[in-house]
Amino acid sequence: MADILLEMKKITKEFPGVKALKDVNLQVKEGEIHALCGENGAGKSTLMKVLSGVYPYGSYTGDILFQGQECQFKDIKQSESLGIVIIHQELALIPELTIGENIFLGNEQSKKGVIDWSQTVIQTKDLLKKVGLEESPDILIKHIGVGKQQLVEIAKALAKEVKLLILDEPTAALNESDSENLLNLLLELKRQGITSIIISHKLNEISKVADSITILRDGQTIETLEPGKDEITEDRIIKGMVGRNLSNRYPQRDSKIGETIFDIINWNVYHPLQQDRKIIDNVSLHIKKGEVVGIAGLMGAGRTELAMSIFGQSYGQKITGKIKKDGKEVEIKNVSQAIKQGVAYVTEDRKTYGLILIDDIKANITLPNLQQISQRSIINEQEEIITAENYRTKLNIKSSSILQKTENLSGGNQQKVVLSKWMLAQPDILMLDEPTRGIDVGAKYEIYSIINELAQDGKGILVISSELPEILGICDRIYVMSEGKITGELNREEATQETIMEYMTNIRGEKHADLEQAYTK
Amino acid sequence: MQTLSKLIQNNLKQYGMIIALLLIVLLFQILTAGILLKPLNITNLILQNSYILVLAIGMVLVIITGHIDLSVGSVAAFIGAISAILMVELNMHPFLSVVLCLLLGALIGAWQGFWVAYIKIPAFIVTLAGMLLFRGLTMIVLEGQSIAPFPTDFRQISAGFVPDFFGSGSIHIFSLVISVALSLIFVYKEVKDRKNQLKYHFNVLPKSLFIAKLVGVAVVMNGFTYILATYKGIPNILVILFVLIVGYSFMMKKMVVGRHIYAVGGNEKAAGLSGIKTKRVTFWVFVNMGILSALSGLIFAARLNAATPKAGNLFELDAIAAAFIGGASAYGGVGTVIGAIVGGLVMGVMNNGMSIIGLGVDWQQGIKGLVLLSAVAFDVFNKNKSSS
Ligand SMILES: Nc1ncnc2c1ncn2[C@@H]1O[C@H](COP(=O)(O)OP(=O)(O)OP(=O)(O)O)[C@@H](O)[C@H]1O
Ligand SMILES: [Mg+2]
Repeated sequence: MADILLEMKKITKEFPGVKALKDVNLQVKEGEIHALCGENGAGKSTLMKVLSGVYPYGSYTGDILFQGQECQFKDIKQSESLGIVIIHQELALIPELTIGENIFLGNEQSKKGVIDWSQTVIQTKDLLKKVGLEESPDILIKHIGVGKQQLVEIAKALAKEVKLLILDEPTAALNESDSENLLNLLLELKRQGITSIIISHKLNEISKVADSITILRDGQTIETLEPGKDEITEDRIIKGMVGRNLSNRYPQRDSKIGETIFDIINWNVYHPLQQDRKIIDNVSLHIKKGEVVGIAGLMGAGRTELAMSIFGQSYGQKITGKIKKDGKEVEIKNVSQAIKQGVAYVTEDRKTYGLILIDDIKANITLPNLQQISQRSIINEQEEIITAENYRTKLNIKSSSILQKTENLSGGNQQKVVLSKWMLAQPDILMLDEPTRGIDVGAKYEIYSIINELAQDGKGILVISSELPEILGICDRIYVMSEGKITGELNREEATQETIMEYMTNIRGEKHADLEQAYTK
Repeated sequence: MQTLSKLIQNNLKQYGMIIALLLIVLLFQILTAGILLKPLNITNLILQNSYILVLAIGMVLVIITGHIDLSVGSVAAFIGAISAILMVELNMHPFLSVVLCLLLGALIGAWQGFWVAYIKIPAFIVTLAGMLLFRGLTMIVLEGQSIAPFPTDFRQISAGFVPDFFGSGSIHIFSLVISVALSLIFVYKEVKDRKNQLKYHFNVLPKSLFIAKLVGVAVVMNGFTYILATYKGIPNILVILFVLIVGYSFMMKKMVVGRHIYAVGGNEKAAGLSGIKTKRVTFWVFVNMGILSALSGLIFAARLNAATPKAGNLFELDAIAAAFIGGASAYGGVGTVIGAIVGGLVMGVMNNGMSIIGLGVDWQQGIKGLVLLSAVAFDVFNKNKSSS
C-alpha cells in the first residue's frame, strides 16, 4: 500500500443559505490519479477550493493533513508553497500576455526585482517540452486554442514544483483529441511521481485514467471506489452519483416528424474583423417539426459561428443567404427579431454570453422574456416569481432560492438557468450549442428528456455537440461540418462514429489525420 | 445572538448608508448646536443640494450601464447660459425657454451617447471632451460675462414654495396633509409587499424590525415636513425631486427598461444575446443624463438668479461621488436611485454642517474625500464577507 499523501477529514463548508459540504472525507494516496465525481452542485469544486486555500482556514471546519502534517492555509500562496496547485474550472491565464509570462506569473524568474528574460525563456521551453506543447514561449495566450491553454496551465503548475495537481473539469471545453492528449500527460506525470486529483463529468475518461474514485452527493462523501476492491465502470460510478442504476443514457423517443419549419439557404458569413475571410461557406440546411437535428464537427469547423449568425446575425459580417420559416422567407437582422420569429440559441459559453453573473436566477431567466410577464412595460413581479420558481423546480436547479446569484451556482446549474431562459421564450426553433458541457450524467438525461419533450411538441431542435455519442444518441438527422462547409448529411440509421468522422475530416484529410487517429483509438 | 448578528449583516448593506446618513445628521446637529435642523437651514439644505441630486439620479443610471459622465457640470453651465440668453436677452416666455433648454440637453446627451454607444469610444474620453467642449461653449455664449436677472416666474423653480390652500397661519397646514397622506401610502405599500414576499418564502425583516422601520420612516418624514412647515412649507424644488426619485426608482425596479439597463451593465454580451438592444439602451441613458443635466443647470441658474461662466464647476464629481457612496459599482450593473440620493445627502449634510461650524474649504474637501473612500471600502468589505 502506498503512503497517504492527503487526508481531508470532516470538512464542512457553509455558504449563506446552503451547506455545500457536510463532513466530507477524502484520502488521496501518493502517486495516484484520484477522481472526484458527483452531480452538479455536489460540492466538488468547493472541496478543492477548501483544499487549496481559496476558502481560507476558518471559513470551513475540519482538518486537512498533507504529508502527515496538519495544514491551515490562509491563501493559495501557502498551499502552493507545499506543492498543492489547483487549475480551476475557468482558466486563469491572461490573454494579452505570452505563454512564458503566464507560466511564471507570480513566480517570476528575477534577480533583485529585475526579470531575467533569457532564464524565463529557457525554463519555459523546458516546461513546454514536458507537457508536449510545441509552441514558442513568446506567443500570446489569446492566439492559442483552449486545448493548448490547458497545457500551459499544467506547465505553470509544474513550474511551481507541484506535488499534488488538482484539475477541475480540465477537459470540459476540449475536443476529444485534446482531451486524449491531456489525459496522457496526466499518466506521464504520474509516472514521474506527481499525484493528481481530477474532477470530470466525462466518465469514460475517469474510468480510463483514475486509480481510485471518490463520489460526492449533496455535499457528502458517498464512497470511494478502489481498484481491486471495486469494479470501476461507468455504470458503477453513475450508480454512486445518482443513487440508482441508470439503465439508459439516452431517453427513448418516438420521433413524429412533420413539415419543414426552418430553412437556411446558401448561408455565407465573413469573419467580423477580417473582411475577406469566409467563415461559413454556402451552408444550406433544414429542420422539420418534431425533429432533432445534430451538427457534428471539429472545433473550429464553424458550428457556433453558423448558429450565432442565424440567431439575429450575432456573429460575422457581410452575411448573405435566406432564412425561411414555415416556407416563408423571414428577415432576422437582430436578436429581438429572432426571438419574435421564435428562434432561440443557447450558448456554449454560459459565463460570457449566457448569464448576467451578478444577477439572480430569477432575473436571468426572465431577461429575454420580459414582455411575457409585464403589462404596459411594468413587470408583474408575482408572475415573474412564479415563472422562475416553476423552471427552478422543472429543471431541478440546485440553489437556495430563485434569488441566489448565478455566479454562486455550480457550473451545471448555471447551464440549467441558461436553458430555462430559452425554454421560457417558447421558441419554435431551439438551437443548442454544447448543451451538456460540464453537466452530470443525471442532468444530461434530464436535458435530453426536455429536448425530446420539446420535439414532441412539434418544435425543431438543432443540437451542436462535440460528443459524438451524444449526437448519435439523440438526433434524428445529422449534418457534419468542416471548415465552414457542410460536408455530409446522415440519417440516424446510417450514422456511426466512423462515418461522421470521415465527413468531419475529409476536406483536409491529411492535416487531420492525427486527429482521426485520436478519435478511433 | 447569532441570528441577530446575521440579521445585521444581511441588512447592513441595504440600510447601512441610511443609518450612516442619520448618524451624520445627528453628529452635526450636536456639533452645530442645533442649527442644522433649524427650519431655515433645512430649507437651505434642500435648495443647495437639489441640482446635485438631480444629477446624481442621471449619473447612477450611467454608472449602472458601466459608463461615466464627466461633462454634466459643463453641460449644466451651458444650458444655464442658454436659458439666460433666451429669457433675459430674447425675452422668451420662461415655460417655452425651459422646454427648449431640456430639448437642447437631450440633444447634447444624444451627441455623447452616439459616440459612446455606437462608435464605442470609452465614455470617460467622450465626456472628458464634452466637459471641455461645453465649458468652452458656455464662455463663448456668455462672452465671459454673467447674465442676470431672470424673470420672477422662472425663479419660482428654486425660490418658490407650495402654496397653503388652508389659509396661512404660522404653520403650513397643506404641507402636513401631503406628508401624512404620503406616509400612509408608504406604509400600505410596504405591508402589501411584505405579504407578497412572505407568500413566496423570501427572507424578510422580522416583524418587530419591520414595524420599527415603518415607524422610523413615518416619524422622520413627518417630523421633517413639520420642521419645514414651521418655516415656509414645502419648496417647489422638493416636489420636483420627489417626483423624479419616485419615478426613476419605479422605472429601475419595476419596468422593463430598468431591467434592460441593469442587464446591459451586468453583462453587455449576454444582454445582447437575450434580445436587448444594448446600444440603444446606452444611447438613451446618455440622452436621459443630458436632460437631467439641463434640468440641473436650470435649477442652479434659477437659484443663483444669474448665468455665470463658472456655474456647475465640479458638479460632476459630487454627482459621481453620490452614486458611489450610495452603493453603485464601478464595474456596472449595480446601484440604485435611492442609494444615489442618500449618497448625495451624505455629501450635502456634511458640506452644510462643516460650513456652519466654520471649517475651511480645505478641510471640507479632504474630509469629503475620506468619506467617499470609506463608504466604498465599507461596501467592498461587506461584499467580500457575504460571498465567502
Ligand atoms: N460563493 C458561493 N455562495 C453561495 N453558494 C455557493 C457558492 N459557491 C458554491 N455554492 C453552492 O455550493 C454548492 C456546491 O457547489 P460546487 O461548485 O462545489 O459544485 P460542483 O460539484 O463543483 O458542481 P459542478 O459539477 O456543476 O461544477 C452548490 O449548491 C452551489 O450553489
Ligand atoms: Mg465545479
